[in-house]
Amino acid sequence: MTKSRGEKAFTDSKEKTTNYQQTTNINKHQQTTKQARMSSLTRMSAFRLSKRTLATVAEANPNRRLGKLSDQDRIFQNLYSYYGKDLKSAQARGDWHKTKEIVLKGDAWIIDQMKKSGLRGRGGAGFPSGLKWSFMNPPGWEKNEGPRYLVVNADEGEPGTCKDREIMRKEPHKLVEGCLLAGRAMNATAAYIYIRGEFLEEAIAMQQAIDEAYAAGLIGKDSCGSGYAFDVFIHRGMGAYICGEETALIESIEGKQGKPRLKPPFPAAVGLFGRPSTVTNVETVAVAPTILRRGPEWFAGLGRPGNAGVKLYGISGHVNKPCVVEEEMGIPLRDLIEIHCGGVRGGWDNLLSIIPGGCSVPNLTKEASEKALMDYDGLREVGSSLGTGAVIVMDKSTDIIKAIARLSSFYRHESCGQCTPCREGTTWLSKAMDRFVVGDAKPEEIDMIIEVTKRLEGHSICGLGDAAAWPVQALVKNFRPIIEERIAQFNSKHPNIEYGGWVPNATIYDGKVNGLPKNFHH
Amino acid sequence: MLRRFVSVPRTLPLRATNVAAVRSHHIVGVHRDTKVNNQKTPFTFSDENKKEIEKILAKYPPQYKKGAIMPLLDLGQHQHGFCSIGVMNEVAKICEVPPMRVYEVASFYTMFQREPIGKCHVGVCTNIACMLHGAEDVFAAAKDFVKNNNADGYYSLEEVECSGACTNAPVAEVNNIYFEDLTSEGIVQVLKDFKQGKAVPGPYAGKRKSCEPEGEKTSLFGEKAFDVRTVTRTDI
Repeated sequence: MTKSRGEKAFTDSKEKTTNYQQTTNINKHQQTTKQARMSSLTRMSAFRLSKRTLATVAEANPNRRLGKLSDQDRIFQNLYSYYGKDLKSAQARGDWHKTKEIVLKGDAWIIDQMKKSGLRGRGGAGFPSGLKWSFMNPPGWEKNEGPRYLVVNADEGEPGTCKDREIMRKEPHKLVEGCLLAGRAMNATAAYIYIRGEFLEEAIAMQQAIDEAYAAGLIGKDSCGSGYAFDVFIHRGMGAYICGEETALIESIEGKQGKPRLKPPFPAAVGLFGRPSTVTNVETVAVAPTILRRGPEWFAGLGRPGNAGVKLYGISGHVNKPCVVEEEMGIPLRDLIEIHCGGVRGGWDNLLSIIPGGCSVPNLTKEASEKALMDYDGLREVGSSLGTGAVIVMDKSTDIIKAIARLSSFYRHESCGQCTPCREGTTWLSKAMDRFVVGDAKPEEIDMIIEVTKRLEGHSICGLGDAAAWPVQALVKNFRPIIEERIAQFNSKHPNIEYGGWVPNATIYDGKVNGLPKNFHH
Repeated sequence: MLRRFVSVPRTLPLRATNVAAVRSHHIVGVHRDTKVNNQKTPFTFSDENKKEIEKILAKYPPQYKKGAIMPLLDLGQHQHGFCSIGVMNEVAKICEVPPMRVYEVASFYTMFQREPIGKCHVGVCTNIACMLHGAEDVFAAAKDFVKNNNADGYYSLEEVECSGACTNAPVAEVNNIYFEDLTSEGIVQVLKDFKQGKAVPGPYAGKRKSCEPEGEKTSLFGEKAFDVRTVTRTDI
């Protein structure tokens, strides 16, 4: 059996701890302290140390530069359509192998394995998956008779994100099998896959895979011959970003407007059709079969503790070769771009800013991008968030204000209109940002929109309000001089600008603004 | 429900120009009667679609027939050409809900077209990733083309929010078929080709197959896919 690097890291840590000196990237301070420690260790204490390091895996080489994942550690072998997506090709890659045995191990076993693997939700929030799945099985869950649902969130709408699409159209069987196994862990009777309406090709590929799986007896009344009954259905969305929020998604499947529900009750108690349900991201579900098959140690051995595993990253924007790629968690952002995307357009020095996790996370400056590690904790350290792993790169030719204004306009469009702070706040932000693009504002208004974002943040039922606020906050935090300069430029040409970008003698008549000079935004 | 590639025969005349000039920020939930879209416009599902409806209804619990509103509206939209009030009323009847429950769903989701659209409905994404690659020019080129070549109302154009194919930006969706890696010339070519039925979906001009980096491979080098069965744990 060939050992992948993850497994190797795990066994290495068990065997010896003395490869401290071999670390290449170790910084000076750490090196000296560790050498001092090592020299003073007796054999006995060295033994104790070796026992202690059993707890975590990455301690084997704490300063290993993550990334450069080997091909055999990649879960999505057909990411680039080199092979077929049908059942036969999927089985040749190992899908549906020993699924029956895993199903027969039961819910507690699967959840325990998932907890051990350290997998965290890939949809953005990063909640530990095993724990989330276990919420479906509180003591006495059997007494609540009736259907229970797994809902797969394939409403991929976050600008920058395009990973779930690749899974659905190229590895649909991983998702179907994942549904069965996750469903087994939750004791669910059926799975609904909510695919965004625009993804027609993906929905067709998924439907084909589901039909194939039914025909082969892999799912259905007797899934894989295990006696477990499980159905998988597809529900197509119809173009609403907000339906990516879990309760809005549930509302949408129930045939209503996609407006998020107040929590509690959480979906695990009262969810889809009033029954216990859990909503999970496509990638989280699709990686589960491989984790269960190879063992949680393999997965936990990749990445850093608490941020284990591999992840699909989608890199778009100003890079030479934009792509979706599966890499180890914790890969330095710069490596990700330079190894897989041919670097930033015009070289690294031409970089202006990076949005590291889809449009709702704060953007990073060049300095922060240089030291950012692409995992949950790594990006939190530099003041951003992993989100969905969608990296949007902007070089110096970008009008950063316009880019963020486009996002504000997006949130304005996508706010469902249920909570006043979000409905009105996103509109205010968008209008103000549109004026900032031309500079049609007073400098004091920069602080005013920050105040608007503070009023918006945390005052809505779902996270869309927060998501709308953060990019603007980060823009002001990181690029305030650019906004100020543009405002000063516009003001030098047009004195007398008042709040809201007005001039004293402007009027509104018959729904139209009159009396503003040319180039004004209104 | 999923067979949308087949173009639906159009029974209703279209507006001469269907060019949306601005982002559809304000989805107005108001219905105004027009000649082609009023309470008296007849609509019934075709026999073939009635079979499809049975299949769709089977997916939802019997007491939650309402769940089928969205797929049924979509089906009706494709039979009728757009989501008219007649379609909505029919769906309300099938799902046994008051018509208002259907109207509010139809007006919430942007993919329900409550006004007639062209046989070739184009959505150009102009969100951030596409914008960084010049989607505004692509949209302008599409707009220009549609303006000058739409005497028969074959095309309709809208600016859409993120299509979810950001590494293949700029993207346009024509009847929900994705055309990727576009340029200003590319979109015009796609629109021309689409009318002749020879447009090839995916990355434009065959630059790449899908989402892989152009040129040299940076991952998945092997001739064969790695088989997970070789490393499957032995204790299961």
